[in-house]
Amino acid sequence: MNDLSAENANNIVLEIKNLVTEFPTRDGTFRAVDDVSFSLKAGKTLCVVGESGSGKSVTARSILQILDSPGRIVSGQILLHSLRGIASDADGPTDLARLKPRSNIIRSIRGREIAMIFQEPMSSLSPVHRIGNQIAEVLRLHEGMSKKQAWAQSVNLLDQVGISDPAAAADRFSFEFSGGMRQRAMIAMALACNPSVLIADEPTTALDVTTQAEVLDLIKSIQAERDMAVLFITHDIGVVAQIADEVVVMRQGKVLEQGDVFGMFENPGHPYTRELISGARDLDQPAAQRLAARASRDIGELILTATDVRKEFTISKSLFGLRPDKIAVGLKDASLELYAGENLGIVGESGSGKTTLARCLQRVYDLSSGTIRYSDRNGESVDLGSLPSSQLRPYWRDIRTVFQDPFGSLNPRMTVAEIVGEPMLVSGELSGRDLQMRVEELLELVGLPASAAQRYPHAFSGGQRQRVAIARAIGPRPRIIIADEPTSALDLSLRAKTLDLLLSLQEQMDLSFVFVTHDIAVVRYFCDRVAVMYKGGIVEVGDSETICSDPQHPYTQSLLSAVPRPDPLQRGNTRVRYSESVD
Amino acid sequence: MTDIDKETAVENSPQATLAHASQWRLMWYNFRQHRLAVFGGIIILILYIVALFAEFIAPFDPHSSTSKNVYHPPQLIKFIDHDEDGGWSFRPHVQQMELNRDRVTLEGNYTPVSGRKVYLRLFGKGDPYKLWGKFEMSRHLIAPANPGERFYLLGADRLGRDMLSRTITGTRVSMSIGLVGVTLSLVIGIFLGGISGYYRGAIDTVVQRTIEIMIALPTIPLWLALSAAMPKDWDTVTRYFAITIILSLVGWTELARVVRGRFLSLRAEDYVTAARLDGGSQSRIIFRHILPSMTSHIIAAVTLAIPAMIMAETALSFLGLGLLPPAVSWGVLLLEVQNIRSIAAGPWLFLPGGMVLITVLAFNFLGDGLRDAADPYASKGH
Repeated sequence: MNDLSAENANNIVLEIKNLVTEFPTRDGTFRAVDDVSFSLKAGKTLCVVGESGSGKSVTARSILQILDSPGRIVSGQILLHSLRGIASDADGPTDLARLKPRSNIIRSIRGREIAMIFQEPMSSLSPVHRIGNQIAEVLRLHEGMSKKQAWAQSVNLLDQVGISDPAAAADRFSFEFSGGMRQRAMIAMALACNPSVLIADEPTTALDVTTQAEVLDLIKSIQAERDMAVLFITHDIGVVAQIADEVVVMRQGKVLEQGDVFGMFENPGHPYTRELISGARDLDQPAAQRLAARASRDIGELILTATDVRKEFTISKSLFGLRPDKIAVGLKDASLELYAGENLGIVGESGSGKTTLARCLQRVYDLSSGTIRYSDRNGESVDLGSLPSSQLRPYWRDIRTVFQDPFGSLNPRMTVAEIVGEPMLVSGELSGRDLQMRVEELLELVGLPASAAQRYPHAFSGGQRQRVAIARAIGPRPRIIIADEPTSALDLSLRAKTLDLLLSLQEQMDLSFVFVTHDIAVVRYFCDRVAVMYKGGIVEVGDSETICSDPQHPYTQSLLSAVPRPDPLQRGNTRVRYSESVD
Repeated sequence: MTDIDKETAVENSPQATLAHASQWRLMWYNFRQHRLAVFGGIIILILYIVALFAEFIAPFDPHSSTSKNVYHPPQLIKFIDHDEDGGWSFRPHVQQMELNRDRVTLEGNYTPVSGRKVYLRLFGKGDPYKLWGKFEMSRHLIAPANPGERFYLLGADRLGRDMLSRTITGTRVSMSIGLVGVTLSLVIGIFLGGISGYYRGAIDTVVQRTIEIMIALPTIPLWLALSAAMPKDWDTVTRYFAITIILSLVGWTELARVVRGRFLSLRAEDYVTAARLDGGSQSRIIFRHILPSMTSHIIAAVTLAIPAMIMAETALSFLGLGLLPPAVSWGVLLLEVQNIRSIAAGPWLFLPGGMVLITVLAFNFLGDGLRDAADPYASKGH
């Protein structure tokens, strides 16, 4: 076995040499890919890692010549070494960069020699054709199979990608599939013609961590079976550590460093690589800042208690009440306690009800049943759950929110000063010059210059926008901040910075945090205690270190074992699968 | 790169001005890219200027008729005047023409009268009029140098009235009826669409079903019925307003739907939830946070609704159920070309139809451009 893989290791399938791709724009040419070279070997996985805008996706799209207009390859070579069934084969490798984007050759290569899977499987699968027909289409086009043969083969492929009851699944539509199933179907389609190269552009970014682990396992096993070269594009250092053989680090269109995965994690050459890897590792342990703060000051009294909170959503009302209304239970009798000065994490996968719980805690949603007791500054306790909406305003000043999406949560039509000043303005607390001073003070607290005040949100990057959102949250001097995935839309290097900012604000302003996230690493870094949610219920609550190292509930165990650790030496940890978590 | 680095990078780049740009500035940047829309906008601007100063721009009183100039064909302006002795000078004029009737068939025929020219001048005195019904004036943009002479740049109608003057006067009614009608349907549309989208529930159901019923009704019979109910003896102004109300009562549905749709999608925006949590009152949320995000979309929808109003007025008047002579609108003018005889005798009578065509196209181009520019944040961010 070892001999065989060593032999294959030198078998280069695709070679990229000095590739340059440019996008002409009004203000000059933007060089998205700048002198990039690497090669793919049969049976090996090459990970291209970089933050958003680093040119990793454009590189992948250049290979297949499916660049968005007006992008074009300016120079360089993309040499495809194995080319089956095409006449010009004998002359040596084919240079894809020289082919016309609409030529017959490149079209026959796409899907047949080089297959690609994308981040969002919903938009890459047609919603009006059955899954089986979509795969069969590829087979009939490239392999010239008959309708019947192609259908049989697509059922076979769906079976290979681990979809249960493939014959029935082939007859269904993409919207009937879950995210993980869709990505599996996409992989089945990509594999249809037995390609020698698979390009995967962030295929697991939109998936939950347990589904991600399944899909990564699938790609791995198929690759081993077919001796396929995989170009895997990701921003997640953990994924890189788990699956890569070789790594290419990109930033601003340039390759900073490339090499063997073990070597690179052991001894990163470029400072940026070092920053990326240490950033991921730092997040995988408790923040020093938090531990220091807890050592100097104890956790305080109980300030927010949720008891048996239940939230039902009406899906459809029946006409004239003939049938009972259709109801979905978003939250099943969840109970939670928050102490002053602590950070409580709520962790779970999409659809587990964590955001619903966060919104209920603040009474943005009306509860179906249960109570939420909040004890205010004077120690008086009040049930937010049963309060009429008109009386919630003072409590909304004590309990503030930071939203997940820094693009959607800031009104694009208001300046930063207006956004940050709004809560103080509507309460009549401050106005005019005083308000302006307070806004500048708040911006300074979150590390933004005073000049930011007069700008509109579109002038800021994601990380800066999130700082604006934090400034808005701390404006009315709150006691609790409910942060709903505030870092998940940010690049890795910004995550730790944003979390550190929250921690330092906590010390200065005596805050408690309810931190909603799907990212275990963030929990470990930021949270003192954590509640694990699954299908609308809380399955486990406890000290975050204890839960991360010794989870009790089987679901927590499966969740933790699916998290890709940013260390290639920790591969192949036994995965725990939770029976109910299968898609 | 740290945040501070990025910050200074933004500061020094040409995008620094963009950073301070409000939504209207961003929309204007986007709109300018849309050549056809800018062109349409300029045409519409010109049409409204013409409508505003119609009496001044029209060379004659639209109602003054001369029996000797029945179905006078259009005349071409010549700018260079050649003297008999070979010299020339710059004097704009038209060749005078004379009606000759065939003695047997009585068919009219215009022939040039040699040596007779009608000289034109800018800001000359002509038919007296009251601008906007207030200011007594007699100067026109173009007038014959000798008062009393007549010229027909776009021909004359059955009664020898100048078509150019009539079309220009018609512009005022036709262009304004669209604007006034849309304003009225906008008020209804924003109100009903707004409460429907904001409160949802039962109110939404009632409003939506009403809209669906309104849309299901065939519009032409509805207009016909409503206009037929108008007493014939109403004066022009009353009739004008009655028609406007009829048109907007039928036309508000589309706008109400646009407003409701925007309300629904904006309600779900995080920044609206954030505004609620900031402690804003309901009216502050609606007027400070939701409405500014809708205005640009509403303007685009309105621009696309105006041509429908213009077409409706034209259709009603053409059928004789809208405005009636002596009121002048493009639809009323087109009443003249309902029979084959007028078409044969004076094809230039179709001119108001051409104006409707140009106006509707210009509005559609402008509306398309505005709609594309309406959300300057859509392409950014995500």
